Amino acid sequence: MSEQAQSNPLVRRPVAENAAAETRKMILTLSSVAALSGMLIVGVYQYTLPYIEANREAMIEKAVFTVVPGGVQKRAYGFSDGAVIPDPASAGFGERFYAVYGEDRSFLGTALEASAQGYQDTIRILYGYSPEKACVVGMTVLESKETPGLGDKIDLDPVFKANFKALDAAFDSASGKLVHEVTVTGHGKKINPWEIDAISGATISSKAVGAMINRSLQTNLPRLLPHVDALKENTP
Amino acid sequence: MTATGMSESIWPVYTRGLWRENPVFVMQLGMCPTLAVSNSVINSLSMGLATLAVLVASSALVSLMRNVIPKQVRIATYIVIIATFVTVVDYALQAISLDIHKALGAFIQLIVVNCIILGRAEAFASKNSVVRAITDAAGMGLGFTFALICLGAVRELLGNGSLLGFDVFGPQFEPWAIMILPPGGFFVLGAWLLVFAWFKERSARTAARKEPSHAG
Repeated sequence: MSEQAQSNPLVRRPVAENAAAETRKMILTLSSVAALSGMLIVGVYQYTLPYIEANREAMIEKAVFTVVPGGVQKRAYGFSDGAVIPDPASAGFGERFYAVYGEDRSFLGTALEASAQGYQDTIRILYGYSPEKACVVGMTVLESKETPGLGDKIDLDPVFKANFKALDAAFDSASGKLVHEVTVTGHGKKINPWEIDAISGATISSKAVGAMINRSLQTNLPRLLPHVDALKENTP
Repeated sequence: MTATGMSESIWPVYTRGLWRENPVFVMQLGMCPTLAVSNSVINSLSMGLATLAVLVASSALVSLMRNVIPKQVRIATYIVIIATFVTVVDYALQAISLDIHKALGAFIQLIVVNCIILGRAEAFASKNSVVRAITDAAGMGLGFTFALICLGAVRELLGNGSLLGFDVFGPQFEPWAIMILPPGGFFVLGAWLLVFAWFKERSARTAARKEPSHAG
């Protein structure tokens, strides 16, 4: 037994050295591959960033001018403690809005962000609000994972989109609430101008859009309407 | 080796993935993105090309490094290499078109776990020269793209009445919405697999019929 115990370290030493060399090689390979990968990703990120930002900008621009018909110029604003500040650096989703101006630099309305849980995931939209008409004047979906063929009609169905061409959103400043809450009715049952006709087969998605617009109007109109005159003057 | 000799040995490597060992129709690999994003031709094409790019780049790099990667950490190394190229493709796609990037959603990032790519790295690129590895990857990637377009074309045509966004059947056509929903993916894939199985059996039967006449 003792002979075996003595011989064991002698046998193991070269194996241990081998293992150490192998471990070193593994670490070396993995770290060099990781370093190479990091450099490649940073390079590509730097190169594509301006293109990606331009694409995002174009997407927002298109959406803003879709929801406020006739708009050609815009200015970003953020809500902050009862005031509106131009060109907010880091306003979260829903805390930002765009003042939209026509060709003759007249103030046409604002584009606001809203979001709510849909059937699959959070739906984010942009809608236009005209203080002059006291109406929602347009709506477009920014982000949605709703079921293709059913829920995604909230962005594709022209009949549903027509609900938002002149959706009554009169605001009673005395009570600080909408005169009529925006509500979603069953398909084909819309009577009043503050109602949204739901899409048949996509009631949950339709209701989500109605609810987010209603909530966004209730929260944002009290802090937006006092500044409308300032927005009219501050043309871009 | 002469030039013709080289092209002769390379050609089967290329066509294998396109047809005989088509990753989707024959090997039935990468089913998850196949079923998920093949609801229109443009989505299929973008997904196919994104996978092709990742496949070719990672196969080339794996083949280049095949003699220095220790056996114990080869899978980890392949995954790092594949994930790198997936990230690169992700940024490139965002720079090209945000709409397509939005339509493909999470499936771009999920190319990392597409078994076709890791499969080719392990089974082919790690044992072959760079030229052969790239050829094999190009064949497999194009075969995958071809299969996705086969599915996407049928699904878009029936589910939306259009092809590449152009209206085909006119306003009278009532789209079969189910075709662009997940069940439609299974139906169309099943139908294509049936077609391929039928082809395979028919060619096997003709080969079997020829054999006795040869002997006779």
